[in-house]
Amino acid sequence: MYDAGKILAGLAIFVVLVATPFWWNAARGADTAPPRIEKPPAGTSCVLPPDQMRHEHMRLLIEWREEVVRQDLRTTRDAAGRPLRKSLSESCLACHGGREKSCDRCHDWLDVRVYCWDCHSDMGARRAAVAGGR
Amino acid sequence: MAIDRRSFLAAGGLAGLALAIRRAVAEGRLTAEPWAPPEGQALTGTRWGMAIDLEACAAHPGCTACIEACHRVHNVPRFDDPKREIKWTWKETFEHAFPAQENPWAGEERAELPVLVMCNHCENPPCTRVCPTRATWKREDGVVMMDWHRCIGCRYCVAACPYGSRSFNWVDPRPAIPEIDPSFPTRTKGVVEKCNLCEERLAEGKLPACVTACPYGALTFGDLGDPESRIRRLLAERPSLRRKSFLGTGPQVFYLV
Ligand code: HEC
Ligand code: HEC
Ligand code: HEC
Repeated sequence: MYDAGKILAGLAIFVVLVATPFWWNAARGADTAPPRIEKPPAGTSCVLPPDQMRHEHMRLLIEWREEVVRQDLRTTRDAAGRPLRKSLSESCLACHGGREKSCDRCHDWLDVRVYCWDCHSDMGARRAAVAGGR
Repeated sequence: MAIDRRSFLAAGGLAGLALAIRRAVAEGRLTAEPWAPPEGQALTGTRWGMAIDLEACAAHPGCTACIEACHRVHNVPRFDDPKREIKWTWKETFEHAFPAQENPWAGEERAELPVLVMCNHCENPPCTRVCPTRATWKREDGVVMMDWHRCIGCRYCVAACPYGSRSFNWVDPRPAIPEIDPSFPTRTKGVVEKCNLCEERLAEGKLPACVTACPYGALTFGDLGDPESRIRRLLAERPSLRRKSFLGTGPQVFYLV
């Protein structure tokens, strides 16, 4: 084999470069443990079973959005069959107790930027503020 | 007991009558004015319209109750710079609101009368025809809707509207909103906004915010498709104006004179 040394050195450099995100985060001491997502109060249930929600909530929200704004269909039922208003702020966020302790933790960890918050307010946080006497 | 033809017909007639009464009560025809819709039940109509009593409104030139209510429930920002201004409803001078009513003998005072203006929810809206993304369209019941999720900020609709009813967000509106009501989303820089005839309130069985806020009962909202509605009675009883109706837009906001 010709130039084995050079090839192996090149390969080593390549591997190090490709692995940049991993060792960079490790060196930075980034917390790679999965986020702790706070659960809504017991006795409530999500729109779909939690497993499905984890994978499909983005699609579900886009569906809601089209139905509410464009078709004027505003109510649905949760997984337990209770009636539910199709609203990002007033259902998802209100029941999940605000963005910070649920949605944001997962999105931040995954580096997902959700632009919906530019317009949709954090209902849960306001409820908490009201309850806290503010 | 066997049901014969007679009792069947009688029962059917009674049920029909009961339904008709329920409907009439629900629509406020048998109750005292002003008409208050049943809470929690969506208001539905075939063609929504608004009648504004010019005299009653002009008698209180300093009153901005309707404008404040509208802008509060919809998180409309307040910019002092007129170039950035966002307005869903506002007051215009008579001469600007009704350029076709120009009259050299009416005098300065009449020309300067304040007139409440808003989106006319036109029968034939020019704004919706030019929208390249269908972010604005006319609903079956006449509401000219905005889908803020689809608006790309091209501002064709702003140019097409002959009433100046649409505003564009040149800067982030959030810092300029006095107090954000989290139950209605704000908008962002780069989208157009306008009066939505409170369609989100209609869905909850509430009248538009401006109508309920007016302390003088100058605003009447109702179904123009229903000949028995209060708005139709008013329009039949009193002469009315529409803004720039010669353009063929068919405004659904009427001004009682
Ligand atoms: C430019 C501002 C803006 C952005 C960005 C935005 N929305 Fe909205 N959204 C609105 C407004 C305003 C309404 C209310 C429309 C109405 O009632 O007519 C709304 C309504 C909705 C509704 C139905 C009613 C409700 O209260 O929730 C859903 C669901 C929704 N949006 C989902 C989303 C999702 C998901 C995203 C992000 C992917 C998003 N929106 C981003 C402005 C925005
Ligand atoms: C009435 C309360 C309620 C509403 C409304 C609700 N959820 Fe949930 N959600 C729950 C509950 C309860 C769970 C299950 C938590 C568990 O047991 O892990 C859950 C789980 C989830 C999960 C999985 C979280 C995890 O631990 O991985 C996601 C994602 C989620 N919800 C998103 C949403 C979105 C998006 C909406 C609005 C479309 C919404 N939820 C509306 C109660 C609610
Ligand atoms: C278990 C982790 C997790 C939780 C909890 C979670 N999300 Fe997500 N979310 C994701 C992932 C993953 C995506 C997809 C990102 C992509 O496709 O790029 C996403 C995307 C979204 C999007 C689409 C964004 C876009 O720009 O299209 C919305 C809206 C959203 N999430 C809302 C919520 C809300 C509201 C909650 C809390 C009630 C929530 N999410 C909780 C993981 C989560």
